[in-house]
Amino acid sequence: MNKAIESIKVSKRFGEVVALDNVSLEVNRNEIFGLIGPDGAGKTTLFRIITTLLLPDKGSMMVLGLDTHKQYRELRKRIGYMPGRFSLYQDLTVEENLSFYATVYGTTVRQNFELIADIYSHIEPFKKRLAGQLSGGMKQKLALSCALIHKPEILVLDEPTTGVDAVSRKEFWEMLKKLKEKGITILVSTPYMDEASLCDRVALIQGGKIMDVDTPRRITEKFPRRIFHVSSDEMHRLIRDLHQFAKTDSVFAFGRYVHFTGIDDEVETSELDKYLSDQKHTNVLVEEIGPGIEDVFINLMGQQ
Amino acid sequence: MKRFLGFVKKEFIHIFRDYLTMIILFGIPAILVLLFGFVISMELKNIRVGVLDLSRDEVTQKITDKICSSGFFERGKDLAGYHELGATLRGGKTKAILIFGEDFSQRLLSEGTAAISIITDGSEPNVATQTTNFITAIIGDYNRELAQTDMPGTLLVSPEVRMFYNPTLKSQFMFVPGVITMIMILICALMTSITLTREKEFGTMEALLASPLKPAQIIIGKVVPYFFLSLIDAILILLLSWLVFGLAVKGSILLLLAELMLYILMSLSLGILVSSIAKTMQQAIFVTLVGGMLPTVLLSGFIVPIESMPEIYQWISAILPPRYFIVILKNIMIKGTGLAFVWKETLILVSFTAFFIVISLRSFKTRLQ
Repeated sequence: MNKAIESIKVSKRFGEVVALDNVSLEVNRNEIFGLIGPDGAGKTTLFRIITTLLLPDKGSMMVLGLDTHKQYRELRKRIGYMPGRFSLYQDLTVEENLSFYATVYGTTVRQNFELIADIYSHIEPFKKRLAGQLSGGMKQKLALSCALIHKPEILVLDEPTTGVDAVSRKEFWEMLKKLKEKGITILVSTPYMDEASLCDRVALIQGGKIMDVDTPRRITEKFPRRIFHVSSDEMHRLIRDLHQFAKTDSVFAFGRYVHFTGIDDEVETSELDKYLSDQKHTNVLVEEIGPGIEDVFINLMGQQ
Repeated sequence: MKRFLGFVKKEFIHIFRDYLTMIILFGIPAILVLLFGFVISMELKNIRVGVLDLSRDEVTQKITDKICSSGFFERGKDLAGYHELGATLRGGKTKAILIFGEDFSQRLLSEGTAAISIITDGSEPNVATQTTNFITAIIGDYNRELAQTDMPGTLLVSPEVRMFYNPTLKSQFMFVPGVITMIMILICALMTSITLTREKEFGTMEALLASPLKPAQIIIGKVVPYFFLSLIDAILILLLSWLVFGLAVKGSILLLLAELMLYILMSLSLGILVSSIAKTMQQAIFVTLVGGMLPTVLLSGFIVPIESMPEIYQWISAILPPRYFIVILKNIMIKGTGLAFVWKETLILVSFTAFFIVISLRSFKTRLQ
């Protein structure tokens, strides 16, 4: 059986801007594949090429074994796409939106209801409400239901959790896991690094280039250095002082902590403790941690 | 087909849920017709009529009295001769002048017929037409009275109407074809271009394009609801002008409806063409208003007669479809002529429609740009 997605040296530019640069990528059937990268990295462009909405300038894109250029008609029936912008009709009710998308794909809500029953149950109490009046989380569930109503083999979700609260995000990822169990391949993009660990495999994308593709665990294992998270009462001075420390390679703020990597792996927690105490920092905490996707990302960006 | 019907249903929901669309669809046409109608067809009352009586006999006196005592007219200046005609009308107070030739009653008796000239101020076309209509009617009345008397022979006073300043006088109902032409462009072209660009602007076009819907299904699905609503609109305008202003269609209603449908189709395809160029609703509105509405109002012969335009505008007018449609409407509605007299214009409209449809289907992208 062919791959769910096979991207071969795909390039796309808009005028002077290079959106995708020689992107080669394979997504296996029935996996949750994450595309991780900051805004403007080329995630949406790649997804639009996958969903046949854009043609690559160079290279070829095969989805479900079909060419996105020549066989787009056939392909459009088998892909479920949830664009990054909320793309439902705000002046139609929840119910009307769902049945509209069902008819457009030549099916009915009842026929495939079993697939979305779980998701739809969250919004069913509001089915008479106009889609424009739903909360962010509910809009997202409705959009997902609409993208699923024709029972697609592959689901392409462009930043589905952007602008959605933490609880809804968690629920959303649980839904994706259940969909995967039903045999659907899921391609999802996100700017949130913490969501990367919920994918089976991820690709890190930056400036139109794929930097790495692997399982989240293996990606973090590849991180070359030991990493410490450090905190004290004075965050800003802490960052400044660490930058002046002789053995510092990189310092990045991560919420309440600072992630520190040394020039080599010889740096010990006690050394840092001592240095910071000498700088009169109070409540100093230094602890070695495992690297996260974000650390890898920043490291890779630094290398470019 | 089911997909297509689902799409059409969605379009109807959009239209009926949006108050603004409903107002534009049904409010504006009604208001325009009533506004134009009432402004133009004001009541005729105390119109000053001058008299140039070269005969000064019993009959001319009788006719003049009959006209001036009707309540519609009041006796104005008595003119001394033809040379005073222009000055009197230009003075502005006198709107019409009755002229009785020399030996009026003698001629009536000896030849059985005599002519009255009615000269009206054509710069106020509505007053002018009504004045001539009323005076003609009053004279007709007098003729009937004459016939009952024992005067010998068949007597006939025949009015000769001449208008100064606007010799081809437009009927006061000429505004109806103009309003229909304008409104159909407004609704069809503007609304379809807005509804298509709205999908682009709200990002829903992305989802539609990613679906198996074909471009033709999307376009026709957008057009069908507006086609029917515009047709209802046109009928509404015709009904209004009939019920309120008494304008009955003289020619064939079926032919009129067929021509209306053709014109609506033409305007719709123009709207689709606009939307394939415009990226935002604002652009669409701008292009249709400036490129569609303005020329329709100014250059199609709706307000300014084409014959009195500078030559360059006449050329521009020749490429504006509304111009031909106004001719068709005037012929069918007011003159009551059949297809034989408007086939050329109809053919031109058909070619415009075909041209727009082909171009818009070609320029509709199956992908994002």
